[in-house]
Amino acid sequence: MKKLIYILSLATFSLCILAACNDDKESTEPEPVQVEGDGKLRLKFDNVVGNQDLVLNDAVYKNSVGEDFTVTKFNYFVTNIKLLRADGTQYIIPQDSSYFRVVEQDSLSRTITLNRIPKGSYTGVEYILGVDSLRSVSGIEKRGGALDPSGDMAGDGMYWAWSSGYIFLKFEGYSSQSTSANGKFYYHIGFFGGYDSKTVNNIKTIKLDFAGNKAVVGKDTIPEIGIIADVKKVFDGPVPLSIEKHPSIMFDFIFSAEVANNYKNMFRIDKINSVSK
Amino acid sequence: MSICSLWIIFMRINLNENLNLMRKICLALIFFSGMIVSGCKSDSETPDPETGIPKPVNWMKPSHFPDPVYDMSKNPLTVEGVELGRFLFYDGILSRTNDIGCGTCHQQSAAFTHHGHELSHGVDDQLGTRNAPAVQNLAWSTSFFWDGGVHDLDFVPPAPIQNKVEMGETVGNVMEKLRNTPVKGAAVPVNYPKMFKAAFGSEEINTERMMKALSQFMLSMVSATSRYDYYVLGDASAITTQEKEGLVLFKQKCGSCHGGELFTDFSFRNNGITPNKINDQGRYAITLDEGDRMKFKVPSLRNVALTAPYMHDGRFHALSEVLDHYANDQNSSKTDSMYVSPTLDPVLMVAGQKRGIRLTAQEKLSIIAFLKTLNDEQFIADKRFSDPGVGTAL
Repeated sequence: MKKLIYILSLATFSLCILAACNDDKESTEPEPVQVEGDGKLRLKFDNVVGNQDLVLNDAVYKNSVGEDFTVTKFNYFVTNIKLLRADGTQYIIPQDSSYFRVVEQDSLSRTITLNRIPKGSYTGVEYILGVDSLRSVSGIEKRGGALDPSGDMAGDGMYWAWSSGYIFLKFEGYSSQSTSANGKFYYHIGFFGGYDSKTVNNIKTIKLDFAGNKAVVGKDTIPEIGIIADVKKVFDGPVPLSIEKHPSIMFDFIFSAEVANNYKNMFRIDKINSVSK
Repeated sequence: MSICSLWIIFMRINLNENLNLMRKICLALIFFSGMIVSGCKSDSETPDPETGIPKPVNWMKPSHFPDPVYDMSKNPLTVEGVELGRFLFYDGILSRTNDIGCGTCHQQSAAFTHHGHELSHGVDDQLGTRNAPAVQNLAWSTSFFWDGGVHDLDFVPPAPIQNKVEMGETVGNVMEKLRNTPVKGAAVPVNYPKMFKAAFGSEEINTERMMKALSQFMLSMVSATSRYDYYVLGDASAITTQEKEGLVLFKQKCGSCHGGELFTDFSFRNNGITPNKINDQGRYAITLDEGDRMKFKVPSLRNVALTAPYMHDGRFHALSEVLDHYANDQNSSKTDSMYVSPTLDPVLMVAGQKRGIRLTAQEKLSIIAFLKTLNDEQFIADKRFSDPGVGTAL
């Protein structure tokens, strides 16, 4: 019963958040009923470090506090995607088709293809970096695809088995400034707010405006929206992150929240291309 | 379950019968139920050729238990699903070294704990940090593990499978190994794709199916046929006078935490044992809440006399040591052995008296006598829960 109350309250809470998001759109129109279309749209993620492309393992970069680093892993969840229109309405991708994991090492994973999109022009995109709290506590039948808890934690697995939940962003590499025994640093940022006991909530909603450009979903055209994720922003932000001070951040609410507050600003729109079907 | 339900009916109509007769009838009933069960089992080896549809298991809650916490409608038990779960539970294929199954640390004769092992013992002789808890009555558990880090039975298996010092595997790799069975030359050639087909309709092996099968088996493991249960269900002669005294004392002295028919309130508490060498902070590691430091799950006490050693790190080897701790008179010392910290449970700190729970030597003996009535001999001998021949014990 407690569990039910908790899930219901989570659901209510999520609805409130959604309602709050809708307020931003300065629209008093009721949300139109979701009608699927037959168009497609792609989100193409390009991970970079400042003005350099991200090259795993070999390339050496410098963060804002002057520490050198390489990147061995850079993975994150992109979920609960919404396409925004100029008139303030939006198309919400059906939830069961809205969980993706972007894995730097896997080039295919960096392109997310959204199917059955209504034709028309879109002016922005919104998504969650992470996994919403409701899905983080849902049953095993709702955990297929990107959410499958069978992954290898030493590899690209993003599920914490011992304290049930997902890692929203997994970032690992080497640094000569790292104070760990093997010279590596590990940033595994998760926490959805807790199941029966409150934890920090590092779920971040990302909203990107196409800045006057439009992504037009047509009969024969598929818009490809380039989204740049700047690894450097994980270190930069309200509280700069030092590898020397924190070679590992996983289960600390304060530090993980600081990192999440940094990386929530790592995305920006690159360019929008249109390709033929 | 059938044994239990038959018993309940039986108890209700035979309150005044003499005990010997009851025991005889009981034995006959158990034997009869066993025959029914073994009948089911032989069916389960191959799905019904007529339909290929898994046969439902009528899971019944013992009448004196509360409603289960697990949502059975999401994962209805079938003969084939439970049987697949039983094989998976015992098969060492779940570990990196192929020799540590769930049943290695959760042995039936010890109510599915690791008899004699203070800490769990995994691949390559590695030691875990905590004592393996009993696998029983999990349908009623609100959370799992000593720290409650998992709250859904379907998500329990990935934790020991992925733990480097337990099974040291990945769920993904286990499924790959399962898909490649039967293995030629294996001592027991199990054909998992065929068993998945019997349980779920196709040979596909995925995380959801694997976890649901393991859950089905664990949900079927209900312990509710101890002498205490017979007593509660109406057989006044099932327990002795001393055991009855122990029950009354137990309710007074221990019932605030170990309450209800599951003998736990499922909470997390600091019971005043000294922090161990690794300073295990228990529930705090999950919630990072200062108020949760050194709190651990209040375990069910069903079969407790079979599940030694005790506490999250197996530090006590006898029930008498456990009661000595709670009574705060370890070795009959006058000094205070309760480790005082801000999270020490208030029931162990009653104003104006020595910390702990007041218990005389006689009271302790009665409580221990009562606790032994929770031993469920049928549960630990039930062939439905036994190793089908694929297990390994260390």
